[in-house]
Amino acid sequence: MQLERRAGRRLVAGIPALWLAVFFLVPFLIVLKISFSEAQLAIPPYAPLFSWAHGLPVPRIHLSSYAYLFTNPLYLRSYLYSIMVAAVSTLFCLAVGYPMAYAIARAEEAWRSFLLMLIVLPFWTSFLLRVYAWIGLLQNDGLINNILLRIGLLHHPVTLLQTDFSLYVGIVYSYLPFMILPLYANLEKHDPALLEAAADLGARPFTIFLRVTLPQSLPGIAAGSLLVFIPVVGEYVIPTLLGRTDQIMIGRMLSDEFFDNRDWPVASGVAILILLLLVVPIVLLQRVERRQLEREGLEAEA
Amino acid sequence: MNAQPSTAPEPVPPYVRLQAVSKKFGDFLAVDAVSLEIRRGEIFCLLGGSGSGKTTLLRLLAGFETPSAGRIYIDGEDMSAVPPYERPVNMMFQSYALFPHMTVERNVAFGVEQEGLGRLEVRRRVEQILEIVQMSPYVGRKPHQLSGGQRQRVALARALAKRPKLLLLDEPLAALDRKLRERTQFELLNIQERLGVTFIVVTHDQGEAMTLATRMGVMDRGRIAQVGTPAQIYESPVNRFVADFIGSVNLMEGRVAARCDRDLTIRCEPFGCTVRAARCVECATGDTVWAAIRPEKIVLASEEMPDEALGDNRVRGKVREVAYMGDVSICLVEIDSGKTVRVTLPNRAGLAAQRDLRHAPVTLSWDAASPVILTR
Repeated sequence: MQLERRAGRRLVAGIPALWLAVFFLVPFLIVLKISFSEAQLAIPPYAPLFSWAHGLPVPRIHLSSYAYLFTNPLYLRSYLYSIMVAAVSTLFCLAVGYPMAYAIARAEEAWRSFLLMLIVLPFWTSFLLRVYAWIGLLQNDGLINNILLRIGLLHHPVTLLQTDFSLYVGIVYSYLPFMILPLYANLEKHDPALLEAAADLGARPFTIFLRVTLPQSLPGIAAGSLLVFIPVVGEYVIPTLLGRTDQIMIGRMLSDEFFDNRDWPVASGVAILILLLLVVPIVLLQRVERRQLEREGLEAEA
Repeated sequence: MNAQPSTAPEPVPPYVRLQAVSKKFGDFLAVDAVSLEIRRGEIFCLLGGSGSGKTTLLRLLAGFETPSAGRIYIDGEDMSAVPPYERPVNMMFQSYALFPHMTVERNVAFGVEQEGLGRLEVRRRVEQILEIVQMSPYVGRKPHQLSGGQRQRVALARALAKRPKLLLLDEPLAALDRKLRERTQFELLNIQERLGVTFIVVTHDQGEAMTLATRMGVMDRGRIAQVGTPAQIYESPVNRFVADFIGSVNLMEGRVAARCDRDLTIRCEPFGCTVRAARCVECATGDTVWAAIRPEKIVLASEEMPDEALGDNRVRGKVREVAYMGDVSICLVEIDSGKTVRVTLPNRAGLAAQRDLRHAPVTLSWDAASPVILTR
């Protein structure tokens, strides 16, 4: 019985571990391996990591792709730009998403699931189509410019497309649900008695928000922010379709190295560096989540 | 409907006054035209079953609900347009509603900080009140690190830290186990006396209400059925609901057979007995009334009387069940008519004597001062 249970537990924990090993760890190791090899014009377009001499393996580890990445300012700029775009997008998503999540969490119970469905509704159409649709709205003879010209607010169309503006519009629009859903999940759980208690103790509505609601929603803010920040850093489609042409993001950089230059080692190096860059926020997220779980566990116990 | 003041009106105006206050939730009338006056320094208990409207009444006083009709005055001031954060009232929540992300100290300081006092003064007040509730050693703990009793104290301290003139307590002891509840009751009384705060306590526990209250109001379906001191309510309930809700009672339906001044004779046909009561009740001969007799006021004699010895306030029966409760035993006696009468016996002779009672023929009798005659 005891043994059976332990075996069952191992199986339950083992399935995701196996999944991660097959679909994350192995590909990661392959990419890591490629990043340390030398590019060559062949199929595959990189040299093996070991060569055989006199029956013994001789390592042929090259740091050239990393050296290239660190010495070429193009890459550093691209990394910094990606982080900035991700950070600013996250802030915008938070600024737009928090009030929406708050309003849904405070709405009448009958309304909540309907409002949540509206948030998720865009997922029912293809992501690519929705981003394309923004081109139609933002381009020089697009809907927005046409309306502004028609009502006389503008005399010449303004360039909206392929600017930081259009990039942020696209990203915030696409990633907003990822901010709203975890925030809502957090805000919905708040005990309304705490708000009453705060009001009873003399706090005005804004103070109550600052001192009771906001601190308690920090785990939700953290979860939502990371769910936006992490994928936006490596975002490829939106910057390609809506973003600037003079400054490309790191995801685009990676794809260019891979498909256009066919420099797999450098592309792999870019991928590894993105990963390292994102490890920090991911670890942060896990710590916040663990703390939250511990507290909830303790509360449940008490 | 029957909220008459229990004593002659005093010259000082009441501290809290409710004037025909009603609260409707949709079609449901939670509070139905309640008028009530509460004096300064009182511990007033609102007692009632779940759904009787007692908590709604408390929330109306705190300002979390607005009355559908009627007015609430606190210290002479109309509270209609005053939001909760400006009322001179604090509430202790049933769930305690402590802020989970704040330490004990921050929780207690929260209210005081809203008054714009200096940091030193806030600190002094927090220390002082934590001292009173004996929670000083736990200032740095978070609520989830405290036991139920400790949370209760922090909640009390937080509500008292603002030095309210009126403290509303919603089932303050419900979450505590019995021993702790008893101890805390006396502590609450002690603190109330020390700080001179007026308490309005909502509870469904009659024992709690009896211990704490200087006066209490029994609520039934949104209305106040009776207001009075615990003794008044226990000894002279105004109707069957109150008599039955507070303590246990034997209710015998009957008709008034004879009536002269302070002497009523009631023929209780279904019980096959005649009740004589030394009571002055507004009723006429032939009216249907109920004689309410508390189980502890019935004398049980363990001998069988011959028919001719039976008479007014005396019936014969057989003990059906004896429930041993430790300090007392509850006997269910089946009287000759087949009805069951509840009797409590103080445990003087020990368990063995009580056991012997089972199935024994007995005679029940009571004093003419014991029955309360109810017309409703």
